[in-house]
Amino acid sequence: MDQHGLTEHTHSSFVPLQIRSERPKSKSITDFPAIDNRQDLWKYVNLDKLAGLDSDVLSEYTNQVSFQQVSGVGFAWIESTDPRVGSVGIPEDRVAAATYTNASRTLLIEINSDQTEPVFLNISGDSKEASALHILVIAKKHTHATLVLQHQGLGVLGEIVELDVQDEATLNLVSVQNWDAGSTHISAHFAKLGRNANLKHTTASFGGDFVRITPVTTFAGAGAEVEMNGVYFANSGQYIENRPFVDHASPNCKSRVTYKGALSGAKAHTVWIGDVLIRVAAEGTDTYELNRNLLLTDGARADSVPNLEIETGEIQGAGHASASGRFDDEQLFYLEARGIPESEARRLVVLGFLVEILQRTGVDSVIEQMTAVLEKKLEER
Amino acid sequence: MPELKISDLFVTVETEQGTKEILKGVNLTVKSGEIHAIMGPNGSGKSTLAYSIAGHPKYTVTGGSITLDGEDVLEMSVDERARAGLFLAMQYPVEIPGVSVSNFLRTAKTAIDGEAPALRTWIKDVKSAMEGLRMDPAFAERNVNEGFSGGEKKRHEILQMELLKPKFAVLDETDSGLDVDALKIVSEGVNRVHAANNMGVILITHYTRILNYIKPDYVHVFVDGKVAEEGGPELAARLEAEGYDRYAKAN
Repeated sequence: MDQHGLTEHTHSSFVPLQIRSERPKSKSITDFPAIDNRQDLWKYVNLDKLAGLDSDVLSEYTNQVSFQQVSGVGFAWIESTDPRVGSVGIPEDRVAAATYTNASRTLLIEINSDQTEPVFLNISGDSKEASALHILVIAKKHTHATLVLQHQGLGVLGEIVELDVQDEATLNLVSVQNWDAGSTHISAHFAKLGRNANLKHTTASFGGDFVRITPVTTFAGAGAEVEMNGVYFANSGQYIENRPFVDHASPNCKSRVTYKGALSGAKAHTVWIGDVLIRVAAEGTDTYELNRNLLLTDGARADSVPNLEIETGEIQGAGHASASGRFDDEQLFYLEARGIPESEARRLVVLGFLVEILQRTGVDSVIEQMTAVLEKKLEER
Repeated sequence: MPELKISDLFVTVETEQGTKEILKGVNLTVKSGEIHAIMGPNGSGKSTLAYSIAGHPKYTVTGGSITLDGEDVLEMSVDERARAGLFLAMQYPVEIPGVSVSNFLRTAKTAIDGEAPALRTWIKDVKSAMEGLRMDPAFAERNVNEGFSGGEKKRHEILQMELLKPKFAVLDETDSGLDVDALKIVSEGVNRVHAANNMGVILITHYTRILNYIKPDYVHVFVDGKVAEEGGPELAARLEAEGYDRYAKAN
């Protein structure tokens, strides 16, 4: 029988492509060599698109950042020499180090009490000057909050986002990349979860020529949970890369990584590298990572590589799945044979596939606005 | 009275060995309310006829015509044919990841009717159709055909037929892969829709088993791309006893 659509495989064996844990870390750009495609971290990247974010000197991105003061949340620009800065994560690549070196001030967002409404941070650029932005979010013990980073306009942005999710805290972090054409955005996220902390982390990347996000979650205390979600849509000429990494360094923690993307048009290119490391101490770990890509036209390319390193056998479960499939003629025929016109059929399939990830954020304005963006992107080729 | 008329139909398909002629002059007229069984050995062109009526792009019509109430079906796109009242219950329904059954059904119904169904009656209709086919309500939230068993896929096809209310339905080996209980449920569904809507049916099958549950008015035997023999239900009984061998010998 003819089977169409996605196929996938699932297993839980060791994939020794690289040892994720041993990557060098430094705050200083001089500790990283010039970027080239032979480096595993940058092997898929068109170096011309880095747009200067790997250079020694970057401008500072501060005026383009705006927020509304809300009770229970502190916003402050602090010196990046403050000991709290860098306490969650240290750069692991040259662009992040350039960002760290050049952002002399860091935006500190302290969540001091429960927030019933989402807190929005608008990052809205208007130039192609390579710039650096460093954000540190501290979700204090026992607090609950949703924070949305909204990137839009024109920008060439190197960004670091540190998320310190303290014991028993719950943070829902959403990063929306809705840049104009011509933008480049390279962002390193570092999350550290305390005991019984809970992080939901979502990236939604739709606009910009080049968007690369490397979110790292480290379990610093037992019993914590992370859900890392991502959704992306690349049209012709767009490059979107996601490299989530979960570092199971503590026992009895749970991680779920789910990224879904669609590609439409020649030279649309997406890359997903999903790393999970289960260290010796991380007994009782429960982890699963999944990436699915939907190719809507010929000429698009989706790279998808899940890596799992397991250093202890005393775990609950570990698995991964990766699948890239075409929206093929048979699927189209099936829907059309039920009276659904072609454009509507495509819309149905793509929205059904991607909006589910947006819905997980629970942020109505993001779901509505990004669904509208998706509908528009579906019209493009 | 609505009529689906197939006249002297020739169809080719592209294969690795070049263009192959599959249908070689098919004539078939189905009126509303009639049930026509099309039987024949594997490779005789039964499924090609089904796909050609629905407009699958893989098949090229090189001669003849298909009309629905005098309208030229071959001029219509696939979705236009469905909206004109044709339905194909597929032998191998495809998986559509990310699209739930309920969303799919509502979108199809809206496309066929030209307007969204009234919510309250629609929910009731879906529920009662699913009950009739003994489908778990949780089914509606699953993705279209994803992880469905063979029997679930066939029930889902009949569910669509029941809700979309076509004038004419082509059932392409709907009986294949069904155990006897599922076959009964699916057949009851077909009979229900047939009776309720006075739907015309082209029932394509290799075996006579389904004809115990769905009674055809006419039986056509397909051999080598055209109708080799026609008759009433008694022809099916004869095939049951004698098989297709004598047609093979005649060739």
